[in-house]
Amino acid sequence: MSEPTKMATVQRPVAVFLRCLLCVGALLGQFSAEAKEGKLVITGSSTMAPLVLEMGKRFESLHPGTRIDVQTGGSSRGIADAVNGLADIGMASRALQSQEGNLHGFVIAYDGITIILHDSNPIQELTDDQIKGIYSGIITNWKTVGGLDAPITVVNKAEGRSTLALFLHYFTLSNRDIKAHVVIGDNEQGIKTVAGNPHAIGYVSIGTARYDATYGVPIRLLPLRNIPATLETVREGTFPLSRPLTLVTKTEPTGLANTFIEFARSPATHDLILQHYFVPLAD
Amino acid sequence: MTPQDSNLQERCGTLIAWGAAGSVTMAFLWLLGDLLWHGLSHISWTFLVSAPRNAGREGGIGPILVSTGLIVGICMAVAFPIGLGTAIFLAEYTRDDRPMGRLLRGSLDVLAGVPSIVFGLFGNALFCQALGLGFSIASGGLTLACMVLPILIRTTEEGFRAIPLDQRLSAAALGLSRQTTVWAILLPAAIPGLLVGSILGLGRAFAETAALIFTSGYVDRMPESLMDSGRALSVHIYDLAMNVAGGNPNAYATAVVLVGLLVLINLLASWIAERWTTANHLPA
Amino acid sequence: MISSSNTISFHSQTDRLLLWGLRLLSLMAGGILLLVVAFLILESWPAFQDIGPARFFTDQDWYPTERLYLLTPMLWGTLWATLGSIVLAAPLGILSAIFCHYYAPPLLATWYRRLIELLAGIPSVVYGFWGLVVLVPVIGQLHPPGPSLLAGILVLFLMILPTIMLVAHASFAKVPLSYIHSAMALGLGRWAMIRNVLLPTARAGLFTGILLGIARALGETMAILMVCGNVVQTPSNLFDPIRTLTANIALEMAYALGDHRSALFVSGLLLMGMVVVFVVMAEGLQYRKLDDTAR
Repeated sequence: MSEPTKMATVQRPVAVFLRCLLCVGALLGQFSAEAKEGKLVITGSSTMAPLVLEMGKRFESLHPGTRIDVQTGGSSRGIADAVNGLADIGMASRALQSQEGNLHGFVIAYDGITIILHDSNPIQELTDDQIKGIYSGIITNWKTVGGLDAPITVVNKAEGRSTLALFLHYFTLSNRDIKAHVVIGDNEQGIKTVAGNPHAIGYVSIGTARYDATYGVPIRLLPLRNIPATLETVREGTFPLSRPLTLVTKTEPTGLANTFIEFARSPATHDLILQHYFVPLAD
Repeated sequence: MTPQDSNLQERCGTLIAWGAAGSVTMAFLWLLGDLLWHGLSHISWTFLVSAPRNAGREGGIGPILVSTGLIVGICMAVAFPIGLGTAIFLAEYTRDDRPMGRLLRGSLDVLAGVPSIVFGLFGNALFCQALGLGFSIASGGLTLACMVLPILIRTTEEGFRAIPLDQRLSAAALGLSRQTTVWAILLPAAIPGLLVGSILGLGRAFAETAALIFTSGYVDRMPESLMDSGRALSVHIYDLAMNVAGGNPNAYATAVVLVGLLVLINLLASWIAERWTTANHLPA
Repeated sequence: MISSSNTISFHSQTDRLLLWGLRLLSLMAGGILLLVVAFLILESWPAFQDIGPARFFTDQDWYPTERLYLLTPMLWGTLWATLGSIVLAAPLGILSAIFCHYYAPPLLATWYRRLIELLAGIPSVVYGFWGLVVLVPVIGQLHPPGPSLLAGILVLFLMILPTIMLVAHASFAKVPLSYIHSAMALGLGRWAMIRNVLLPTARAGLFTGILLGIARALGETMAILMVCGNVVQTPSNLFDPIRTLTANIALEMAYALGDHRSALFVSGLLLMGMVVVFVVMAEGLQYRKLDDTAR
């Protein structure tokens, strides 16, 4: 082997190796520097996430150079992330509570919680007491409430979800009383579970349920106290289990966060809100 | 034992062995057939390049493929140098009976057994929170790098160990320095092992879900930087299967794409390994 | 490998540089395990302080928002699912390996092994997905609700079978050919030879495979999360939904805060402890096996 060739053979791997390291370093540095001003991170409620995602896309197209990242996890996470700075804006599908007074909440729309059954289930209506009985494990067969002779599959929400908290509050239940067969996280997971099991009962956001039902998912929304779970009854305020969808910030929002919140509350997003079967703010 | 008894036993044994293999094959053909049957018809070029729409029910997996590529790319870019260095160190500079080598090897064996969800917890605590990378492709890639290191090191080390001692001795006799020996003689000879190790690590990284949920996140949009959150293929399957009513068709299609990728990766690894063992004569 | 570094090599500057570079990289690789353990302990420390280790086993139930942190139902869930899957997978995996080695015609054996190797590479989320859309509805028709311990066991069984089969296959391959020839010369039938000669000889390897299978089953998350229903309860029969330690972390980590988050790290620590025990046992067996063959 002649001297220059040998040198080349010896040094090439070393050089490649070092170059690889350098490239990685440079790449990381370059990209981290790019974490730019025009980015908003929004986390929280799975009920709100699809809507806020769409709002974000429209916002991005109106304000080039911005990027809105939406992650779900539940209202508790939304509020926690907003408090400890992991997110610029948190999403909570409930009103802020009194002990959260130091946070800033901005209602963007209204929603309700509905009981859902599989479309093939003949039950058309359940009283509050029956629902309570089913969830606390006293009623375990659909026959008892006038349905088929089949065991009931109770679908419950995981902890940390405001849907669960509101449901428990409305039916004056404690989570420890509930005898669940399946525990789910996001609304969509609940809908999927009920759609896949003819004898299941669950409760989810009205908006998500209506959206999926119109897309042909075999679920049915039950009325509550004879009041149908529709946009109208939520808008009129007659539906008993309704709630505001809230964007939460730790401090008075400024800059991009403020622009986004104003945009989300403006009539420019009403068509998106209606598309997701939520009730927009009154003009 | 009478001959009849043993004859009966022999027949039973044969039956059991064939029965076990048959039932296992059936179960797996059921699984694979189900995947292909439902998934293949949805796969098209548009599916591979277009963005997911309507929470993934419609559209394709373009941005998800890009995110997966970036996550795996970071993983390999970080794991490769560390893995190579450690493998050289283990194969060329330590001995099994020295405490240093044993300790290192032992800790890598244990690391190989750590459940992926625990890596997820660790990555979330270290990269996302302590280092402030947040839910990002960088966090996910770094977490995966920690995860694939043991398999990468193990295979690469074996590649180095398979090199005949003669080559090292001849190099030393020629007066080459250790550095030159490693770079110019051992490394080229160990490249197949290195490739197989990298490919196996790559396969493990592609298949991972649990470690990525809390590190690289769910965002299914085209990533613009490594600090953006990005959804990996496996996380996409999980999300479609669990959280999206009507998401099954696309979940099937994504699963077929992922399994196809992994099959390719494994075939490549075994092809290289086979070529390597036939091309090299084994050490005497 | 050049073991006596003092005698053969030059102690040039670059050589030393290389050695130190390699040492540094090795330190990084070895340090990861320490880092993982350190972070798990660091993050679970608040829970140990505020809640105390005993309450993870004596509280009434797991309701972190009501500050109840019982881990035992999930521990049972993990253990039952693992036990069930290993009871199925160990015999079938070993029998599959036996089939491959001693019963199947060569071509079939090759294809069978290829199939199993292919399955070893399939990601857990795909197994989980298949379990969710195919297995769970079938079980649901048999005995509602469907998502259950049984579904978890079956999916885990499919996942760990390739591991056990491939390790068993490798250890059968290591049985000295002379044993087989001697057994044949004695006029032993195939099955008698397998039972009396091969199984005892390959014992250590088979156990290694089983232990690795157990470690994988204990740590599996996604598949189990998708098919088990995730209700926190100690299962009373196969059709009860369960939640495992791993699924608990995956489900609640997204929104857990404070002590709750800490408690999840505690379950991670617990999990890691269990897996490490099995991995170390498997490694120990492997070394013993090496000694055996060396003898």
